[in-house]
Amino acid sequence: MDLWVGIFVTIGLGAIVFLALKVGNLMSLETKPSYRLEASFDNIGGLKLRAPVKAAGVIVGRVESVRLDPKTYEAVVTLRMDDGYQFSKDTIAQILTSGLLGEVYIGLEAGGDPAMLADGQRVAKTQSAVVIEKLISQFLFDKASSGPTPSTGPNAK
Amino acid sequence: MRAIARAGFATRFFLAVLYHSPAAFHRLQLTVREIYFAGVLSLVVIMVSGLFVGMVLGLQGYDALNKYGAGDSLGIFVGLSLVRELGPVVAGLLFASRAGSAVTAEIGLMKTTEQLSAMEMMAVDPLARIVAPRFWGGVISMPLLAALFSVMGVFGAYLVGVRLIGVDSGTFWGNMRAGIEFWPDVTNGIIKSTVFGIAVSLIAVFEGYDANPTAEGVSAATTRTVVGGSLAILALDFVLTVFMFRGLGTV
Repeated sequence: MDLWVGIFVTIGLGAIVFLALKVGNLMSLETKPSYRLEASFDNIGGLKLRAPVKAAGVIVGRVESVRLDPKTYEAVVTLRMDDGYQFSKDTIAQILTSGLLGEVYIGLEAGGDPAMLADGQRVAKTQSAVVIEKLISQFLFDKASSGPTPSTGPNAK
Repeated sequence: MRAIARAGFATRFFLAVLYHSPAAFHRLQLTVREIYFAGVLSLVVIMVSGLFVGMVLGLQGYDALNKYGAGDSLGIFVGLSLVRELGPVVAGLLFASRAGSAVTAEIGLMKTTEQLSAMEMMAVDPLARIVAPRFWGGVISMPLLAALFSVMGVFGAYLVGVRLIGVDSGTFWGNMRAGIEFWPDVTNGIIKSTVFGIAVSLIAVFEGYDANPTAEGVSAATTRTVVGGSLAILALDFVLTVFMFRGLGTV
């Protein structure tokens, strides 16, 4: 009986640890060798921690941390990249969304520079997230400034 | 009037059980035996139900989410609903009917056959010898059972979502981990299941101890344990959820 209770308590505690590590986000269990890159963006939109970093659609890393640079007021994103993938120095980092409502991720577009980015280096070329509200207001502003066209408006007589 | 008197007796009884609790840990063997009956023997029903609940959640969740092109969010949907709500609540309901009813019937029958009075005659306090170990056995078992239920549910959803439907395995786990934090989501689930364990165990031992010492009295007490325990779980779940979301500042 003691044995069964011991087994029960062990797997019960094991379940809590599983919830903490695998389901919750207490600590990353991944021990894959990795290196870090930084990239600064004007606006990261809805980018979240642990969001995937993709190159050609393949996940090559995860977002590790996001902070605001107090001098430039740019968001500095730290990427944890799998060691197996190297990227050239002129790689472009973009913040993209999968689908209209899908998750936000960082897309890397490799360049042609033979020199590769090393641990701790910064991706120089970045493209910020597209904020839909800004797009809409820009669109409306353009419409207003171009004025009503006499042939299509309802008051065109 | 009778109901208020019963509530007063229940409160006094709860304090008396807490007062006698050190005895339950002093003679650990008694409590271990109750963990065996309440916890180990509930394992099969908890794990099988968890698996099926998870599989159903996987199917239904994917069907609903996919309408909005958000089938990839299956992991976070399943994980959050299991860890926050379904794990503690459904495991608690099963626990009330599987283990709580057994404890009530056992204590009630002991009272009917005057074993409790006999113990008192021998200067053995039945609260320390019988009630406190059963109470703590339930309180210790419940969070472990709820955690196992959640894990089995996540596994069931993984089987249906990833193996059967074909959601990407990395997306499933990645979204789940991105959306669920240990603090507050997992800890809230543990707090909930602990509170449910205290409530159900207290109701079970109290109804048994308070049962009319007849065959009908014991059967009525067992029914009251299951009904009262289930209602207590659902009501407490609402109250706890309100407090937890207030704490998060999301309501």
